[in-house]
Amino acid sequence: VELTETWYLVLSALLFSTGATGLLIRRNPLVMLMCVELMLNAVNITFVTFSNSLSDLSGQTAVFFVLVVAAAEVVIGLSIVVAVLRRNPSADADDIAVLRG
Amino acid sequence: VVDVITFLIAGAIVIGGALGVIGFSNPVHAALSLIASFFGVAVVFIIQEAHFLALVQVVVYAGAIVVLFLFVIMLLGVDTVSDLRTEPLVGQRPLGLLFGAALLALTLGGLFLSGPGGEEGAVALTGQRSVVQPIDDRSQIEQLGEDLFSRNILAFQATALLLTIATVGAVVLVRNKGGEDLVVDEPGLAAE
Repeated sequence: VELTETWYLVLSALLFSTGATGLLIRRNPLVMLMCVELMLNAVNITFVTFSNSLSDLSGQTAVFFVLVVAAAEVVIGLSIVVAVLRRNPSADADDIAVLRG
Repeated sequence: VVDVITFLIAGAIVIGGALGVIGFSNPVHAALSLIASFFGVAVVFIIQEAHFLALVQVVVYAGAIVVLFLFVIMLLGVDTVSDLRTEPLVGQRPLGLLFGAALLALTLGGLFLSGPGGEEGAVALTGQRSVVQPIDDRSQIEQLGEDLFSRNILAFQATALLLTIATVGAVVLVRNKGGEDLVVDEPGLAAE
């Protein structure tokens, strides 16, 4: 059995679908943010796979920037969640529909 | 054969962790299985010889981001078990599962129906084989650094700006303007 890029792409597709499903069925805003991270990781696997199979470094550079943007996104997302949950500790996705205090 | 076995174990950890994230009703458990998933992804990076990205994956994702999640969970005391059996929005879960399955079928269909793997597969997917920054014999960390600081220097500077904006934004968002006490790990206090 040889390890081709198809294996990695199948893994990436599975991970992305799992993250998307979680984003749709969970209502806790923190868990929803975690699911977004899972989807970003699936995309990173795809980037590295094609970087490896095409011998092209720019895929890895793209992953680097995805990491930075993911970090910034988590910081801002968690700040919003903190601001919302501080008012109502049992808030779920429905309560964030109205962002204005 | 060794790399296949390593990949299968890492893949099982990745998918198992991901299923744990959406399956555990306690957010702390979800965050911990997120760490497992991130470590699996790091192993997948190592198999593909992206050593720097594997290191950054562990430090930034499994280290910083998950710690941030756990910090927020424990600061706010929302580590209560949410009831997964009741369904506030009727039909949300079946529809979500259906959409996830459809997405998986779509991506796998695009992957397997687009032609053979390897170089021909890349041609079939993108229309042409394009290499922007070919990998040579030097170590990949060296090449990645060179690429970041020469060809992508503008984007690299922009990420510095982005991180500054994110830091300032986080401070502005969670600042306590009214001078009221921060409710720490006492969900009952906020209701009073």
